[in-house]
Amino acid sequence: MSREHSTSGHEYVLELEDVRKSYGSKIVLADIDLKVRRGEFCTVVGPSGCGKSTLLRLILGQEEATYGTFKVFGAPVRFADATRGIVYQKYGLLPNLTVFQNVMLGKKFSGSMLDRWRHRKTYADEVAYYLDRVCLSPDDYNKYPEDLSGGMQQRVAVAQALIKRAPMLLMDEPFGALDPGIRESMQVFILEVWEEYDLTIFFVTHDLPEAVFLGTRILGISQYYEDGGSNPVCGARIVCDHALPRSAQSTVVKETAAFGQLVQEIRYETFTPEHRQYVTEFNLKHPDSFQTLTNEERNGRQ
Amino acid sequence: MKTPKLLGIHAKPGRKLNTILVALPFILLIASYLIGSNLRLQRNEHDKVMPSLSRIWAGIERVALSEHPRTGKIMIVQDTFVSLQRMGFGLSVAAVCALIVGLNAGMFPGLRPATIPFVTFMSTISPIALLPILLVAFKGGEMAKPTFIFLGTVLVMMRDIYNTVERIPKEQITQVLTLGAGQLNIVYEVVLPQIMPRLLTNVRLALGPAWIYLIASEAMGANAGLGHQIFLQSRLFNMDVVIPYVLWITFIGFVMDTAFRKFIEWKYLWYRVR
Repeated sequence: MSREHSTSGHEYVLELEDVRKSYGSKIVLADIDLKVRRGEFCTVVGPSGCGKSTLLRLILGQEEATYGTFKVFGAPVRFADATRGIVYQKYGLLPNLTVFQNVMLGKKFSGSMLDRWRHRKTYADEVAYYLDRVCLSPDDYNKYPEDLSGGMQQRVAVAQALIKRAPMLLMDEPFGALDPGIRESMQVFILEVWEEYDLTIFFVTHDLPEAVFLGTRILGISQYYEDGGSNPVCGARIVCDHALPRSAQSTVVKETAAFGQLVQEIRYETFTPEHRQYVTEFNLKHPDSFQTLTNEERNGRQ
Repeated sequence: MKTPKLLGIHAKPGRKLNTILVALPFILLIASYLIGSNLRLQRNEHDKVMPSLSRIWAGIERVALSEHPRTGKIMIVQDTFVSLQRMGFGLSVAAVCALIVGLNAGMFPGLRPATIPFVTFMSTISPIALLPILLVAFKGGEMAKPTFIFLGTVLVMMRDIYNTVERIPKEQITQVLTLGAGQLNIVYEVVLPQIMPRLLTNVRLALGPAWIYLIASEAMGANAGLGHQIFLQSRLFNMDVVIPYVLWITFIGFVMDTAFRKFIEWKYLWYRVR
């Protein structure tokens, strides 16, 4: 119960200040400042290798930040546990369990053995419900992950994460391997789930239109900026932060002019190596956005 | 375009040709033995090095089909029983130790420094070099043989199990933690079932070395067992007994290997035996 308590009633699920992450002498993230409100669908984009997956691993508790304040649900971040669900791009499923058993995992570690036996029917129905939602037919229930296509594996991984109903869901390029049709239906599905269960989602992707379509807030992380110091700079920062209109949950929105314009704008701000803004000029329009800068950085470029 | 039957990288041998090709080396081996044996017997009909088929059959009758005049037991059965007991004991204890150390050292980084470097270092010692020491230490006693098999196989298995555990993606462990698993759930309910087939494969691959250690230790200090018998009989130039024993050992080895492979295939459907 105490865990339940600590995950609710707090306005911000994520509070990061001055967070840095380096591997040896290689600095990946430099000075990340971020607050994310409960219920937000936060998408993260950036050039490959910019550290967006690293940020996700830090939130998950798989790795530890080198420096900075890192709070999740108002408390210092802990190792991975049931408060944060995760869908990886791959490796999510256990190879020795069938599709059905993999999704059932979320029920396996809670409650006593007697409880699990008593509720086995309910649990099985629940597993079937989620598998149905991700478009897997009962014919596939007894297959092993290796016998499924990449897209099917990914959909099982989504069902596996969702059945646990963690208040926060982290996704690391979850739809990267799906073909366009299924990808679009998964996008709509994840939006439905997000609304239905009041989740906070942190979604890393390299697909900009996907990020703009899904998110209520989009973060661009990039190493293409200037801080008045060394060039190239050490480590990526949040270089743009936009609030997005609540999506109408129709994929038609992707064809509108405003949508295309926003995509272009973020592409320019985040993905263009030639376009280097100074740290004080970042496009941080989102109301929750803030920046901690050193005096040298604040005093402008030379 | 014509697909060749035998030559070149595009060749597709048919089923019939395939069977012939599989049988060919066996036929060649048997034929060359028979020719060699015949030539030697022509020169000296009492030659005992390459006995004829009829002499070998007589040997088989003596060791496998009739009771030993002194002990009243069938010799080869008695020897097989003794040897398999030694091997089963040594190998199974080795497998259990390899699993316990490999799994825990792989999962708990705190246990790693005290185990893995030591195991890696020790596994470079040639087990055969340890045999004389063991025989002296156990005064030629029964425990010397299983201990020798244990020492010869356990370290390699330990290292392999450890490496297998290490190779499990970190993402997978994190993923199951987010599904509410505790640390012990992870080690014994998530990782252990995944490495079981690998452990059995290890035992299967250790059968070869285990036979070497068994026969070597029996040759040097035993009064029963397949290895003991082979060396004893060869000192008496009784090749008509040694050859059936060698064939029998080969057969047991083949059956054990196949049994392990089939069992792993049947029990762990998800695990593709390579």
